[in-house]
Amino acid sequence: MSKPEELKYTKTHEYIHPGAETIVGISDHAQHEMGDVVFVELPRVGQKLEKEKPCAVVESVKSAFDIYSPVSGEVTAVNDAVTGEPALLNQSPLENGWLFKLKPSNPAEADALMDWAAYQEFVKQAAH
Amino acid sequence: MSTATTVRRTALNETMRKAGGKMVDFHGWELPIEFAGILKEHEAVRNSAGIFDVSHMGQVFVTGADAFKLLQITNANDLRKATPGKGVYSHVTNEKAGLVDDIIAFCLAADRYLVIVNATTSTKDYEWFKAQAAKMYVKVENKSDDYSMIAIQGPNVPKMFDTFAPEALKLPRFGIVEKDLHGEHCYISRTGYTGEDGFEITAPHSIINKLWDEMMELGKPYNIVPCGLGCRDTLRLESGYLLYGSDVDDVHTTYESGYGWVVSLDKGEFIGRSILADQKANGVKVRLTGLTLTGGVPRTGCKVFLDGKEIGELNSATYSPTLKKGIGVGYMTPPDLKPGTPVEVEIRGRRVKGEIARTPFHKGTAFSKVLYTGKQ
Repeated sequence: MSKPEELKYTKTHEYIHPGAETIVGISDHAQHEMGDVVFVELPRVGQKLEKEKPCAVVESVKSAFDIYSPVSGEVTAVNDAVTGEPALLNQSPLENGWLFKLKPSNPAEADALMDWAAYQEFVKQAAH
Repeated sequence: MSTATTVRRTALNETMRKAGGKMVDFHGWELPIEFAGILKEHEAVRNSAGIFDVSHMGQVFVTGADAFKLLQITNANDLRKATPGKGVYSHVTNEKAGLVDDIIAFCLAADRYLVIVNATTSTKDYEWFKAQAAKMYVKVENKSDDYSMIAIQGPNVPKMFDTFAPEALKLPRFGIVEKDLHGEHCYISRTGYTGEDGFEITAPHSIINKLWDEMMELGKPYNIVPCGLGCRDTLRLESGYLLYGSDVDDVHTTYESGYGWVVSLDKGEFIGRSILADQKANGVKVRLTGLTLTGGVPRTGCKVFLDGKEIGELNSATYSPTLKKGIGVGYMTPPDLKPGTPVEVEIRGRRVKGEIARTPFHKGTAFSKVLYTGKQ
């Protein structure tokens, strides 16, 4: 992983790297908007997540941001590196700064998310 | 009538945008929240040099034979400490000893004062001073619209002034000097809201961009960076400085805010004095108290618990880049909590362990007894 073109995106600026073990993180645009990340709260391994429901929190100096699970599924791993070094989310949101992995309960949900081109357009529209 | 209000822009607006400032609406002023990032800017000010556009701050000039008398009656602090060329930090108190504002009153000459007031309260302060001045021989002028202001802050900033304004290096903390810069009359004071040594320059709009560029140039050897409101808040909260509207207001008194050193009961009569004298004698019921915590970032409004019982909520709170943990202040009961007392802070429904802490949380170079006075 992970080139931005290989990922799918939500309107709340999470990304997923789809697959049997789906990787979830926040987009480069999101980390840039949040500013310096200083605290991360992740779900538990084994926790069942529902699509579009809050499942994690990312705090920058400025504010706290809810992270919404892009798809439904069960958490299989969390990235302990980011809880220890939250700045990884700013430095490397698509690689070292991923948040957690999950086993999707409905793989079709991923298809409904935006691809890279659609997400770029979405970000551009939101700026106006 | 439309309820939409126009956002005010400072004379440095274009310069802030070009420097990469992320602009936000701050109480009706369009100002940068950050440039390169709050942490980078915070560290630049703590370790070297940073520059802020603080043109939203207000300037009220008080002149005339009764200038001292007016300020003495409206302030909790003793204006006798402000001899010509010096200023005092003070609280302007109402009849109930709540704060009309927290200010710095600079004495320019025996009958001429410059009062630096908060942006959101400048009109209120001006009206308040005018009302108290009714039968006095004094002129009160709100010149907030006529001046811009920049703050240059950090341990290396004084060295930038070696060539620019050596007379400013002779100033003690809270000292002020009047100086012509680029042909305009300006005010340079050794003050700031960051806890580091440095200066604030009050100048007409016409030359403020020139001054900004000049400071950026003089600061190059020290890697000076433009700074936004984000790090202004983390820097001031670490330093234990109050934010009017968040930590102090028309209701809470100076003693309750933990700033008892501002109150000069023995200077004679001033507005709100009897209430403050009573609080001095009998104590207060609540006091603005500091706490620190790890395991989360506390925010304004978070509730604080002691032994499971709610004792207050946080008025200001953030992540401290210097301490690398959460810090906050809030009005708490009892008012005499000892530093180190374990407390809990509710963050998103979860109780996070913290402890009562002394303020300032961090003392930068502004708290130093010895300041740089120039080359030699």
